[in-house]
Amino acid sequence: MQKYSVFSLIKNAFSNHQNWEVAWKDPTPKSEYDVVIIGGGGHGLATAYYLAKEHNIRNVAIIEKGWIGGGNVGRNTTIIRSNFMYDANARFNEFGMDLWRNLSQELNFNVMFSPRGIINLAHSDAQMNAYARRGNSMRLNGIDAKLLDRDEVKKLIPMADFSDEVRFPIFGGLMQPSAGTARHDAVAWGYARQADDMGVDIIQHCEVTGFDVVNGKIKGIRTSRGDIKAKKVGLCVAGSTNILAEKLNMTLPIETHVLQACVSEPVKPLLDGVVTFGAGHFYISQSDKGEMVMGGDLDGYNSYAQRGNLPTIQHVLTGGLALFPFLSRLKMLRTWGGIMDMSMDGSPIIDKTHIEGLYLNCGWCYGGFKSTPVSGWTFAHTIAQDQVHELNSDLRLNRFSTGHLLDEKGLGTKTWIG
Amino acid sequence: MLYIKCPYCGLRAQKEFSYGGDATVKRPNINEEVSSKDWDNFVYMRKSPRGKHIELWQHIAGCRQWIKVQRDTATHEIFQTAKVTEEIR
Repeated sequence: MQKYSVFSLIKNAFSNHQNWEVAWKDPTPKSEYDVVIIGGGGHGLATAYYLAKEHNIRNVAIIEKGWIGGGNVGRNTTIIRSNFMYDANARFNEFGMDLWRNLSQELNFNVMFSPRGIINLAHSDAQMNAYARRGNSMRLNGIDAKLLDRDEVKKLIPMADFSDEVRFPIFGGLMQPSAGTARHDAVAWGYARQADDMGVDIIQHCEVTGFDVVNGKIKGIRTSRGDIKAKKVGLCVAGSTNILAEKLNMTLPIETHVLQACVSEPVKPLLDGVVTFGAGHFYISQSDKGEMVMGGDLDGYNSYAQRGNLPTIQHVLTGGLALFPFLSRLKMLRTWGGIMDMSMDGSPIIDKTHIEGLYLNCGWCYGGFKSTPVSGWTFAHTIAQDQVHELNSDLRLNRFSTGHLLDEKGLGTKTWIG
Repeated sequence: MLYIKCPYCGLRAQKEFSYGGDATVKRPNINEEVSSKDWDNFVYMRKSPRGKHIELWQHIAGCRQWIKVQRDTATHEIFQTAKVTEEIR
């Protein structure tokens, strides 16, 4: 594989950049693989990469219905954080932060990981107390957390509404300085390029139509490009999880919903890190191009449409305007939607299933992007060793029936309703 | 924006409604022994199909009645609405 560096850039400049190697191949599917990963999103690509790198399993195929970078990995708002209260989520995502910090070097691809910090704003004394508790929990798990008072927040985001008349005054906030953003396309391309180089077949435009299960054991999959035998199969399909589960006669604690995001026209540097509004569901950051990247609530009803409706955007931006009045003068550049695998407690599932050789990775809700590396890392371990790693030992499928939920917000099931 | 025909009030904008999820899920009978599996199925497990889906909505900014809606989850086309006591086939 051609290494990307300033020297290769100069060298290729002499031939007008016409002779770059393709970043990954477009192979025809073989009839048999050791492991087939269904879903060529960030998590599927990362899983294949870590299977090859950490476990030396290289006879691997990624089966993708669309194209690399066309799903949620290219539709998210690129936020990376580990500001969780529960030990299981905190440990899992902090391990992920370590992977993020070295990802550009590891993949030889600049993912533009930019740890500029995230501030969760508080608008009441009760919220400040809750954030103090969460911050303490984070610090006990070795995650940096800083409780900010109103003046400290004002220094960081002076453009927010600090006037006396506001309905939800800013009391302070909880900051994770090591959180940040990354360029999501680069994450997908970087993992794809390295996985391809280690022998993984990335098969795009290939839809899974069925599964071959014999005596409770997976034997292979059926696809729009023919049958493929596989010793092990991993599902990494986010919003399509329920569709594939139905083909397996499985019912999961997952509902599929559409989540929208939007960006404004680009403006000069204004906002350094990520800010979340504490009195409504709204978050914002500024991209390197200068666009304000914003998101918030789900549309609120089951949906497989990769687009949403206007009332939700209006509702989310009403919250945005309450926090940052300057937004009213910006033009909206575009909005889009992605379909989310909403788990019933808001935490993901990375586990084996009752079918031997079939593994499940789903339930990422709003926050799959930040966990891309650690999800791939732990899922690869689970597949290769046929057992969960300590890091995902609490992210089991049976936690719903045993009552060991990870409802981070303490709101019970189906937090997106009502 | 979706437009939902409330069986009591007629065609209204989605903004007047609040969503209540899958309407085909059956709560286990009261005062009967409930197995963990049945309870699990009722509380957590959902089919969440792509295509026709029968779901509950409440006309919260209108007559406040709960209603049933049959909607396509991919195209958002609404086929049928009914009172919550009525069946949708």
